[in-house]
Amino acid sequence: MSDMHPGSYATPVEDPLVLRPAPQISCPDTTRTIMRDVLIALAPAAIAATAFFGYRALLLIVTSIALSVACEYLWCRLRGLPNTTGDLSAAVTGLLLAFNVPSTLPIGMLAIGVFVAIIMTKELFGGLGKNFANPAIVGRIFLAVSFPAAMSSYVQPNRILPLPTAYDLLSSATPLSPTAPPTTLAELFFGQHAGVLGETSALALLLGGIYLLARGVIGWQIPASYLGTVALLSLVVGKSPIEQILSGGLMLGAFFMATDYVTSPATKRGKLVFGVGCGLIMCLIRFFGNMNEGVAFSILFMNLLVPYIDRLTANVPVGGEQARSRRRAKGGEAHE
Amino acid sequence: MGRFLETLPFASKHVELRGVHIPHEKLTAEQATTVMPLPSQIVLPMKQHVGAACEPVVKRREQVEVGQLVGHSDAHLTADIFSPVSGTVRDIRPLRYSDGRSDTAVVIEPDGEQRVCESVQPPTVETFQDLVEALKHSGIVGLGGAGFPAWAKMDTDLSSIDTWLVNGAECEPYLSTDYREMIEHPDTILEGIRACLDLSGVPRSLICIEDNKPKAIELLRELTADDERIDVFELPARYPQGASRVILRNVTGRSVPRGGHLTDVGALLYNVTTMSEIGRYLRTGMPLTKRRLTVMGDAITRPQNLEVFIGTPISEILEYCGCVPGPRKVVIGGPMMGTTQATLDAPIERAHSGLLAFGVNGPVVPRRSACIKCSRCIDNCPMRLSPIDIHKAYLSRDLKRLDELMADLCVECGTCSYVCPSEQPLVQSTMLARTMLRAEQRRAKGRG
Repeated sequence: MSDMHPGSYATPVEDPLVLRPAPQISCPDTTRTIMRDVLIALAPAAIAATAFFGYRALLLIVTSIALSVACEYLWCRLRGLPNTTGDLSAAVTGLLLAFNVPSTLPIGMLAIGVFVAIIMTKELFGGLGKNFANPAIVGRIFLAVSFPAAMSSYVQPNRILPLPTAYDLLSSATPLSPTAPPTTLAELFFGQHAGVLGETSALALLLGGIYLLARGVIGWQIPASYLGTVALLSLVVGKSPIEQILSGGLMLGAFFMATDYVTSPATKRGKLVFGVGCGLIMCLIRFFGNMNEGVAFSILFMNLLVPYIDRLTANVPVGGEQARSRRRAKGGEAHE
Repeated sequence: MGRFLETLPFASKHVELRGVHIPHEKLTAEQATTVMPLPSQIVLPMKQHVGAACEPVVKRREQVEVGQLVGHSDAHLTADIFSPVSGTVRDIRPLRYSDGRSDTAVVIEPDGEQRVCESVQPPTVETFQDLVEALKHSGIVGLGGAGFPAWAKMDTDLSSIDTWLVNGAECEPYLSTDYREMIEHPDTILEGIRACLDLSGVPRSLICIEDNKPKAIELLRELTADDERIDVFELPARYPQGASRVILRNVTGRSVPRGGHLTDVGALLYNVTTMSEIGRYLRTGMPLTKRRLTVMGDAITRPQNLEVFIGTPISEILEYCGCVPGPRKVVIGGPMMGTTQATLDAPIERAHSGLLAFGVNGPVVPRRSACIKCSRCIDNCPMRLSPIDIHKAYLSRDLKRLDELMADLCVECGTCSYVCPSEQPLVQSTMLARTMLRAEQRRAKGRG
């Protein structure tokens, strides 16, 4: 509209007035500012990961982001598409993927994860906005299935900041595993326990989550319904809800991965359904299964259900209430 | 934290449809109305309203006086056009709008004497039918932007109408013309409302004002304290509270069914300035020949609420308000629903409430990127539509899906396009989809 073809004028006009459909003003938020907010929200957890797991954590984070952006850039170049790395979504995927691996993971394996996330899950389906599943989740699950040993060799975090020592690199089970040493709630909250990079410090994740809520980037619906369902089901089976919420990748998943716009439902009601579904699947896997990837699988499964949730939870337009119930009655689905 | 709190269910205050926060930028709100001197010419388009276009009833070189009938049509739905000045008809010529429509315009050169036509006499109004007849000769149309003839809106079976809503929301950013009307002429507003209530038998009237105009709310509350029938309703200052269907829902809890009108659910809605003009017309008999508009934008050095004669070319208004030479974008109306102009020759019409001019730094044309399904358009649509789905269905010309999505319920407020972070042309698609859907509905009706 702004790039008017010169030929569209009967007589050439010098410096014509700009013609543009309403609205003439636009909200300052763009995809880039939204993704930037997500990166800012993830920063405390990245700092915590570096503090707990040493320089290797930082190395993995930086490498993962760099590889993700490079993958997307190369894809755009090779396909002759406009370069979309400026929207920062690849950087977010890279950071989230790094948060989903242990600090001991070899760089080569991380690179495979990045390839699966960016190329196979996102670009092959048409790029940002078209992917049906969360790229970082698929990357994590792919790595967990392909390299189960490397993906579960969690290390005990540092008590302070220095470089890792032989003691720190000792392999250890996740606190959720029955063989794990007992972990106090405070340790879980502040992050003094073994795990992947991004999921150890509930405090850091909570800070980021609150930032996203306050900025209006995410709504409360998915985190609240996800965490709420987990808490409720934990009570039902007689486990500590707080321990369940603080451990594993739940906080990371509930605030940063389940809330991914592209792969979560559109309406607020849909988001509540989505969160409850995630909570249910995760509890089933944690309580009755034997995998560490409960959160990742719960989000992936619910990602697949999003089109159906969207259809069933669509908003009823104001003034369309009667038309809708009439149609439903006609279709035999429901009566008013 | 504000945005988060607003999403919580218990934060929805007293209204149901909240809308979106847009910076109001009502810089001219506290400036008293200034009156623009006579322009060098008056250009009167023959179609400044919803309905049939008028035919010029004057000839070239004819002398006209203030309030003299210039354009008239025998069609049922129309609104007469009157000369705002005394002077000579210089031309009757075609007029082209920037949206491609064309029209005929009567061009009058003012003589500066402003002799009033002797046909201008206060109407005798004793019954409701008298009121409707009188307003047919007033040239008054919906002044909030709709331009629907004021008489036609009330010329209906009023027995089921229980609320006469008066729209003082003025939710468009920048604009402050309705606000100035409420502050400067509350007397004529109330005269208009009282006349309408007395003659129609409608039991109550609510003046709906956004809560960012506390002075107007207080003033009108004070003036209506002794009148049980008239009350002031406070709306949250969130766009688009002024959309008729949003006001209706928030004030009465009713919604207009698809294809229906406000009168179907027992309500009438008039803009506050329209109501004031009705009051003024009943008092003086002077048809609608002037209006106030907010002139603003970063290319305007003297932004103000300006009273102009209808038909004043925008180039003369821009000059009077100190517009920098060569503005890049000129908008008639507000920033959310206004239309950009291709030339500065276009005249101000009855339903225009704003004139905005932007310089080089003004309008940044945003870049479109892929939809990230953030669902802000869905969350913020005042009609609870799904703009992004309508956009996609429109692109694939899927009429069945458009019907399912009820694209025809769109009120064109533009909120979806405003909030979209990837700058999808959502409101444009929805408007085009609506046109397509309505054409199809008409076709289907013709067949059935």
